[in-house]
Amino acid sequence: MTAFLKLLARNRLALAGLVMIGIVVLLALLTPLLPLADPDVTRTADRFKPPFSEGALLGTDHLGRDLLSRLLWGTRLSLAMGLAAAIIAATLGSAIGIIAGYFGGRTDNIIMRGVDMLMAFPYILLALAIVAALGPGLMNALIAVAAVNVPFFARNIRGITVGIAHKEFIDAARLAGMRDREIILGEVLPNVLPVIVIAMSTTVGWMILETAGLSFLGLGSQPPQADLGSMLGEARSALITNPHTSIVPGAMILIIVMGINLLGDGIRDALDPRLKSGALSRPMAATTVDRQGAVPAARTDSLLDITGLQTEFRVRDRQYKAVGGVDLHVKKGACLGIIGESGSGKSVTALSVMGLVASPPGVITGGAVHFDGKDIVGAPYEVLRALRGRRVAYIFQDPLATLHPLYRVGDQLIEAIQSHESVPRSAARARAIDLLKSVRIPNAESRIDSYPYEMSGGMRQRVGIAMALANDPDVIIADEPTTALDVTVQAQILSVLSDLRRERGLAIIFITHDFGVVGQLCDSVAVMYAGRIVEQGPTGAVLRNPQHPYTSRLIDCVPTLGGGQRKLAAIPGLPPVVDNLPAGCAFAARCDKAQADCRAGQIDLLATGPDRRVRCLFPENVTEHSI
Amino acid sequence: MTGYILKRLLSAIPVLLGISVIVFAIMALIPGDPATAILGSYATPENVEKLNRDLGLDQGFVARYFIWLGNMLQGDFGRSFALNRPVLDEVLDRFGATLILAGSSFLLCSLLGIAAGVVSAARQYGLADKAITFAVLLGISIPSFFLGMMMILIFAVQLRWFPVSGMWPIYGDRNLPVLLDHLAMPAFALSVVATGVIARLARSAMLEVLRQDFIRTARAKGVNERRVIWRHALRAAMVSIIPILGIQAGFVLSGAVYIEMVFQWPGVGRMLVDAILKRDILLVQGGVVFIAACYVMFNILVDVAQALLDPRIKT
Repeated sequence: MTAFLKLLARNRLALAGLVMIGIVVLLALLTPLLPLADPDVTRTADRFKPPFSEGALLGTDHLGRDLLSRLLWGTRLSLAMGLAAAIIAATLGSAIGIIAGYFGGRTDNIIMRGVDMLMAFPYILLALAIVAALGPGLMNALIAVAAVNVPFFARNIRGITVGIAHKEFIDAARLAGMRDREIILGEVLPNVLPVIVIAMSTTVGWMILETAGLSFLGLGSQPPQADLGSMLGEARSALITNPHTSIVPGAMILIIVMGINLLGDGIRDALDPRLKSGALSRPMAATTVDRQGAVPAARTDSLLDITGLQTEFRVRDRQYKAVGGVDLHVKKGACLGIIGESGSGKSVTALSVMGLVASPPGVITGGAVHFDGKDIVGAPYEVLRALRGRRVAYIFQDPLATLHPLYRVGDQLIEAIQSHESVPRSAARARAIDLLKSVRIPNAESRIDSYPYEMSGGMRQRVGIAMALANDPDVIIADEPTTALDVTVQAQILSVLSDLRRERGLAIIFITHDFGVVGQLCDSVAVMYAGRIVEQGPTGAVLRNPQHPYTSRLIDCVPTLGGGQRKLAAIPGLPPVVDNLPAGCAFAARCDKAQADCRAGQIDLLATGPDRRVRCLFPENVTEHSI
Repeated sequence: MTGYILKRLLSAIPVLLGISVIVFAIMALIPGDPATAILGSYATPENVEKLNRDLGLDQGFVARYFIWLGNMLQGDFGRSFALNRPVLDEVLDRFGATLILAGSSFLLCSLLGIAAGVVSAARQYGLADKAITFAVLLGISIPSFFLGMMMILIFAVQLRWFPVSGMWPIYGDRNLPVLLDHLAMPAFALSVVATGVIARLARSAMLEVLRQDFIRTARAKGVNERRVIWRHALRAAMVSIIPILGIQAGFVLSGAVYIEMVFQWPGVGRMLVDAILKRDILLVQGGVVFIAACYVMFNILVDVAQALLDPRIKT
């Protein structure tokens, strides 16, 4: 609760709303005590005095009545009407909602049908119908406004009650022999009360506006008594000659409703957990780059060369170093595997290449990515866009989420082609069909017009691969492309990729957590842990002689057919959270060979042989197998 | 698709019946003898008795409902006492003006609201976002009738850009430019609140969508950012924006009551208020049922639009 109030106070707009409302409510409460003129005494000699004239701070209206006095009394009445309508609507609506939600079944069905009917009306129209039947007047307007808002409360509170009615403590109360009425009042109501109060606070502004509206139409408060709406309604005939009589009550309604809206927004934001975590921010077109230190030069003649890459996530005042200085390179036609548990930074590394890390909160803070000799970290958006999909293409996990659900797969393929080349649609379509054939999709001519939801997971992933191939890229970065698929489909997809690599001379970076897959496809492999590479080398050598304890544990996680003797070992513990990494080896806490030295200082990635490097003080298998 | 439209039309029948029951039940709330209420306390006993017979008031509640419903289905909504002409004729005469006002207003709030929401989301926390967020707050807080009055004061009286009120000039031609000239202010005043609500929801729908994986896919393909926002993201966000448009259409249609009063627009809303003040119950009843029915029909259009947009909806 205090956290909530603090958050509310931090929201300056909400505070402004609170102050606005506070002042208005205070004035309304104090009105009877203030030395004001009688609001209803007419003085025709003093008609339409302008504001700031003597004895009438805001002037007088068409009957010579003091506007300030009428304004304050009118505000009092409007606030009272709005509040009363809100309380009536909340009470009745919540009662209906609780009954429907608690009893369920047929009761619920009948009640909610009625509520739906009421909601089928354009709102104000229903209020008009009620006033038409009851006749114009303050109380009748109040009843009408309350009545049209009952369905809103009924529906919301029913939803909450349904959730509560099936909780254990309700069952327990029932088993204890409590009657329905006792359960509703003693158990259900206290739990839905906060929701009712919040719903009321967000609707009270509407109610004030609506009662004022009915009064404006002459259907609410009747002369001489006036609320803000009827003041405005009466002033309308003198709008052109004496606008101040309209502006005074109108501005007050604006202030009240705005104050309530500001406060309501503040409350809503304070209660929304997504806003607190910053999860509601949208990623921009390219990852933000905030590079500290020198930009490393390209080291090798590789096609894609990642040097000292650092990417972090900045969430409020915390920094999660998802990638903490990674060096990788891939040559034309080569396949590099990156392997590690979830959270090891492998996907973030891959996405950093083309600036696709969601930003905010992601920021690339160091290192370089040289593609074809040029550093593309922090390159202008248009340069990045021209490379994306054209020279470096991605294949993502879970193609149901990564393909646009509302476009036909063909259109998505055609778009990929046309984003980089101006070809006529018919030619692009023909190419799209060829692409679908090249990833072995049967009936490509008809499948091209399917929507993603109409395809199986394996077919969808083939579409994802076809899309990556659309512009004949030089590098494909595949981010766990087979994780969501079953084993036979996975094998088919891997063979498609393997063939394409051979036929087209593609370089592939293949990200996975599965050593089995790496063994099938990749020439070399890099093992990542807590944002860093812990071991690197040719796939065969690493698989045969893992040197980092983490690597060997990962390999032990792969089940082998017919190898019934071996114990399948999961790695105990979880990878560390990367906002506050311990000194020394990040794996030390889970490593059964860890020594005191492992928990201090910086441990470097050191060569242990040609093409092999390991970040470990006590590497395994080194003496026997390396030179 | 035809099948789907038919299915939706059929499902509207119970809703329409429900609406008629509700309106009828509300009218039964009239305290005392309805005929006296309608004719006023100075009515002669013969007239009261005749009206009671015409309304079927000598019969039970249920019987009366079915007589009323049967008459309505035959196009007989009763007779307005204040105007002494059939209710349906009067409503139909007035409905055109309301349709022009509410329709153009709805178009305006949809276009402006969605555009503002998209820009706001694409530039989240930027200057444009802050400006739009503030304008939206102002828009949803200002009573439309007060806004209308202020617009008359500024744009009609002071600046003389637009006529003060009415749909047509008293003398002169009735053509499209003249109509647009008269329509501009009321249509805008009516659209402001709905624009704000739509902009807000469009913004949050866009923010939700922009975080989805398929947006990253589009960017990874090299689709340019403008297209990512206005095609990929907006198309997906429309799935949650369209139902909001349907709800806002109801607000625009009924909010027209205030605007028609302020701008002397000769529509159904003003007719209803006049009828209520004159206790012309049958005119109110007919007008409310007619507008509510139009709104139900409009919501079917919304559902159809939704089905056209989202292939995953089973049609």
